[in-house]
Amino acid sequence: MAVTTYSGAEQYNFDIVKKFAVMALVWAVFGMFAGVWIASELAWPFLNFDSAYFSFGRFRPVHTTSVIFGFGGSALFATSYYVVQRTCQTRLISDGMASFTFWGWMAIIVLANLSYVMGYSQGREYAEMEWPIDILIEIVWVTYLILFVGTIMRRKQPHIYVANWFYLAFILATALLHTFNNLAMPVDLFSMKSYSLFAGTQDAMTQWWYGHNAVGFFLTAAFLGMMYYFVPKQAGRPIYSYRLSIVHFWALGFMYMWVGGHHLHWTALPDWTSSLAAAFSILLLMPSWGGMINGIMTLSGAWDKLRTDPVMRFMIVALSFYGMSTFEGPMMSLKEVNALSHYTDWTVGHVHSGALGWVAMISFGSLYHMMPKLWDTKIYSQKLVEWHFWLATIGIVLYIVAMWISGITQGLMWRAFDEFGNLKFSFAESVAAMMPFYAMRAIGGMFFLTGAAMMAFNMFMTIRQGKREAAALEAKLAAKLAHA
Amino acid sequence: MNLNFKHEWIETNIGLMAVLTMLAISVGGLVEIAPLFFIDKTIEKVEGVRPYTPLEQRGRDIYIREGCYTCHSQMIRPFRDEKLRYGHYSLAAESQYDHPFQWGSKRTGPDLARVGGKYSNEWHVQHLIAPRSMVPESVMPNYPWLLTTPLDISDVESRLKALRKVGVPYSLTQAEYDANVGKFGETVARQLHIPDARKNLVEQANFGNYDGDRSGISEMDALVAYLQVLGTMVDFSKYSDDAFVDYR
Repeated sequence: MAVTTYSGAEQYNFDIVKKFAVMALVWAVFGMFAGVWIASELAWPFLNFDSAYFSFGRFRPVHTTSVIFGFGGSALFATSYYVVQRTCQTRLISDGMASFTFWGWMAIIVLANLSYVMGYSQGREYAEMEWPIDILIEIVWVTYLILFVGTIMRRKQPHIYVANWFYLAFILATALLHTFNNLAMPVDLFSMKSYSLFAGTQDAMTQWWYGHNAVGFFLTAAFLGMMYYFVPKQAGRPIYSYRLSIVHFWALGFMYMWVGGHHLHWTALPDWTSSLAAAFSILLLMPSWGGMINGIMTLSGAWDKLRTDPVMRFMIVALSFYGMSTFEGPMMSLKEVNALSHYTDWTVGHVHSGALGWVAMISFGSLYHMMPKLWDTKIYSQKLVEWHFWLATIGIVLYIVAMWISGITQGLMWRAFDEFGNLKFSFAESVAAMMPFYAMRAIGGMFFLTGAAMMAFNMFMTIRQGKREAAALEAKLAAKLAHA
Repeated sequence: MNLNFKHEWIETNIGLMAVLTMLAISVGGLVEIAPLFFIDKTIEKVEGVRPYTPLEQRGRDIYIREGCYTCHSQMIRPFRDEKLRYGHYSLAAESQYDHPFQWGSKRTGPDLARVGGKYSNEWHVQHLIAPRSMVPESVMPNYPWLLTTPLDISDVESRLKALRKVGVPYSLTQAEYDANVGKFGETVARQLHIPDARKNLVEQANFGNYDGDRSGISEMDALVAYLQVLGTMVDFSKYSDDAFVDYR
């Protein structure tokens, strides 16, 4: 009804949610395009075009930054602002601050991408942004924290809804990680270049403490927050177990921070650190699966929705991939497995089963749920949602299978000996063996990208439809008032 | 102690929740990272590891700029196959002056921790310009601009000063220089003296002629100089096979 929507728009700041939701889709398409591009460069190196700007080394951070912080970040800003307002039944405490986080965050992604292709990089994975951009991130992030916590303080009922715990943990942890991993000395005040405060072993451990928790909090805890609101909403059922959500929240938050060292097995990092990290990695399986079970079981009694509701399917497949990759992760953190898998494409496949399967799929599902509500209309085409679902799922499977085969092949070829005890293969032979799988991976990525582009189109049409309906309704109302 | 704890207290108090969350997420890092700065056995006691010369450091800057770490590791693991393929496993000491570390996480190309001295300068130059002309199976991008771009040496002193601030023993004063003579010997100490950085850089580039072109100093000179020093600082013939086991 028009009347309730109107008051809804006044009660909540949905304008900021809409902006971030639209940009999430823009960055998804751009970032995944960059991903397909660099994947293709590995299969067909001529695509580097002898250009500094598009060479793999400079363009890879463009892909990771655009999908993690552009797409993932925007989806998190959008949903967290939506969820915190809906569950606290109050408006964000400041429209100005909200707007600042939007323009600030967009500036960060654009500046970061430009700086990479121009050759500015800290040389730290997922933290390539140089120091001026890092400072901007810090400012935007503190604003976000104040806005989020301030809004929770103005809530209308005593309890803080579980989704908000996860968003809160994500905001706090990201602030902590970002700050300590980016401590650096600029060359001078007007130089983009800086040198990390730490060196060698300590620097490596700090980076992977950050790196794995970018996964743990940015790409997991936060998206669990998303899951805890949108899965019950879409299923029309309450969360399966409240107790489970309490236990796995604290366990997940505590344990994740210990596991980064498993990226440094068999390196010059002391054994005690990486062994401790491996132990916690295995323990982490439990809280991870706690979240997965809680999400999937929420659907119990409404399983038919899997057949009838493609949006629900996105969410459940996301949770399944979450379960799968949080099993694969602890397994890869075992030193024996890691000896084979480390440095190979297996790691890349593992990351993508989490990033495409879990993060992107739960975001797609949540955005499909939220965007029609924001523009007060229905999804333009359910058929396109179906298409998107299957393209995305097939794309992920192609991607992961290609990386499993190539990763394990690489690992085995590197350690193979001939009958005389010499190395059986040269490194170049292992590179040549990767070619078909790199092509297969690029094709899987194209599937996924095509699905995302379909979604962007579908949502564009949905928004247009919503605006037209609103305009028609207003015209009707005006006509009625004129007659009265 | 039974205070009849109820999780509800936390769920209804955002301040308490934020504080407890901060506590929960702080422990792991404190326990695993902080001790690495204090435990003596984290970094091996080994001779020969020195900070990079100005030219090598500028080469390292280019290595980071081009994102070489996205495909090449610099961390050899203690496995028989890696020993045969790359050499002695990497020591923590060997990257003690690396700000940032460049151990990498992926080997789309081979490990580079000990690539120094394995190939000639000419091989590196040709390989960087057109990798597939040297290794037909390679998927590495061509880097032709390295040879045609003159090396920017205008801020080399500022760069070394920044590194000095984060703990790399480049010297500014006579006392620091003397300390370096004691620690690394006179030849190395001279290279680490910031007031002479530009002079040293030009001298090394001209003497080494890494890019095979004497007309000027290119980015290729710096990058090849860096690649050629990788993994060459420690003389492993001086140490027994199990000399470093205690440090792991």
